[in-house]
Amino acid sequence: MKRFGLISVPYLWLLALFLVPFLIVLKISLSDTALSIPPYTPTLDLSQGWAGIREWWAGLDMENFTWLTEDDLYWKAYLSSLKIAIISTVLTLMVGYPIAYGMSRAPDEWRPTLMMLIILPFWTSFLIRVYSWKAILSNEGLLNQLLMNLGIIQEPLIILNTNLAVYIGIVYTYLPFMVLPIYSALERLDESLLEAAEDLGCSRFTAFWLVTFPLSRQGIVAGSFLVFIPAMGEFVIPALLGGSKTLMIGKVLWEEFFSNRDWPVASAVAVVLLLLLIVPIVLFQRNEEKQREAEK
Amino acid sequence: MSDAATAPVSVFAPWEDAQAKPLIQFQNVTKRWGDFTAIDDLSIDIYTREFFALLGPSGCGKTTMMRMLAGFETPTEGTILIDGQNVAAIPPNKRAVNMMFQSYALFPHLSVADNIAFGLKRDKLPKDQIAARVEEMLSLVQLNRFANRKPHQISGGQRQRVALARSLAKAPKLLLLDEPLGALDKKLRQDTQFELMDIQEKTGTTFVIVTHDQEEAMTVASRIAVMDHGKIIQVDTPSKIYEEPKSIYVADFIGDVNLIKGNVSRTGDGHASIAWAEGQPDLTGISHQDLPIGSAATLAVRPEKLSIYTSRPKDQSNVIKGKVLDIAYLGNMSTYVIETPSGDLIKAQIANTRRIHRRQITWEDKVWLSFTDTAGVVLDK
Repeated sequence: MKRFGLISVPYLWLLALFLVPFLIVLKISLSDTALSIPPYTPTLDLSQGWAGIREWWAGLDMENFTWLTEDDLYWKAYLSSLKIAIISTVLTLMVGYPIAYGMSRAPDEWRPTLMMLIILPFWTSFLIRVYSWKAILSNEGLLNQLLMNLGIIQEPLIILNTNLAVYIGIVYTYLPFMVLPIYSALERLDESLLEAAEDLGCSRFTAFWLVTFPLSRQGIVAGSFLVFIPAMGEFVIPALLGGSKTLMIGKVLWEEFFSNRDWPVASAVAVVLLLLLIVPIVLFQRNEEKQREAEK
Repeated sequence: MSDAATAPVSVFAPWEDAQAKPLIQFQNVTKRWGDFTAIDDLSIDIYTREFFALLGPSGCGKTTMMRMLAGFETPTEGTILIDGQNVAAIPPNKRAVNMMFQSYALFPHLSVADNIAFGLKRDKLPKDQIAARVEEMLSLVQLNRFANRKPHQISGGQRQRVALARSLAKAPKLLLLDEPLGALDKKLRQDTQFELMDIQEKTGTTFVIVTHDQEEAMTVASRIAVMDHGKIIQVDTPSKIYEEPKSIYVADFIGDVNLIKGNVSRTGDGHASIAWAEGQPDLTGISHQDLPIGSAATLAVRPEKLSIYTSRPKDQSNVIKGKVLDIAYLGNMSTYVIETPSGDLIKAQIANTRRIHRRQITWEDKVWLSFTDTAGVVLDK
């Protein structure tokens, strides 16, 4: 009984904060839009008893999901989000791996400081940090001023309001999520493994490629999912840094909710996004489990 | 027939042969890290097919010596020659030297067979040749059944053998073993010591082993270098190191020993005697050092070289009178701690060839100890 009580706490937490909200969103996605408060029908009226429930159930349909397949805006937005998420995950990996590697090879007394530098940006509001990129990347921004003053360019580079700005924003924001798991994998790496590889005829580079890299694979996979999953549904970064051509499902979702006030369609978009993300989330969980098993 | 009978039994001792060419030569090698001197002007020759042990307490520089041979460290001064070639500029991956690491350093993401094949693949050997060599190595260490297991799926003893097989796979001229048996329990360690000697003999590889376990060094090595503070104190065969230590440090480091302090009373004929206590006759032992009469000296004698008597023995040269203070029963032998009238404690070790109730010596008994003139060594100070 005591054990049950202990286990039930996290389950109740998940139930209250994940499952219940999801079911509410799911229900709205099956409803029809209406000019009322809340802006959809049907609403459950329990005062009518059993008949009320039956009427409510009859009012639910898959119309909104059908709509998602009919208007090409949605699947284009999903595809575009997928593309942006994949590209920015790869970019984050390319930037994050050398940082994690450098940290793991740094002298012991330096490591806490380096770790701090990675975590420090989190102490400032995410919104402010993304906004400041506007100041850096805009046509009259710091970057262009610097490059023009140095005489490297004559015309300002157009970065803001392009996909490039979105990539920069995502790489910057999610970098710690990539660096930390890779660092933790590299830090555990026994130095003598590399010496053994060299002793057996590897150059430094092949030793890295044959030993270090495969042994940090699980960190890479974990970091990539931690970047990919939130990047897929990202809204703030494309909204602030991306242009009108940047199509991401997060933006579409926002517009459905707040511009169109079409809650049911917006909910359907959210449900589909969640279903799409279940695949990488399950893969991520499996990777974590494998890692735990390997450590036993 | 008569030739064979008269020919001397060939003993493996290239270090006594002035013609023999050493495989490894350390020439005045010094290694410093800042103020710390790990290796101090060290010179030593090691010969082909030797099983050479570097023995010493931790921090004595033995691991540094080994890492310099592998190429992971470079000497600050002096030269290291392998097969007559100065190796200073040769990186570890280009040396015909392989190392078995203390932690084994097995690649956790590769199977046993792939671990063994790792070095062979770097040499770009044809696939079938690699497979044959891996198979051969697996048989050598009797792990054929475990070829496809990952390192974390086998036992510590098996991992040790995989590490050995991996380091031998490339048939190196020289194999370095860094505390190879340190992680094994005692029983397994003893079995593995013999296995190691077997494999060394079979493959004909020169082994240099680093260990702090003197018993291990004694068992496996053809020669032992006892090290301390970056210097080699003595290099000799295990029996010489044990029977004829050249310094108190070596005598004390290897095995159990009684160190009896006194002053030199008589020398000559390769022997020396010391006066050591009022009312006790002088003690005589072997001496290769030139000790002036009257100088302070120490007689080192192993406990098992002592005999114990219940009455004063006749016709014995080195006799010590005392009483039994302690008896430690070790099963195969017993250690008696004898207190002399002057308060010195001397250990004697007697094999228990008889059942315990048949022996008559017990606590507080008056006893006499004695040993022959060749049993002990008289050393400086």
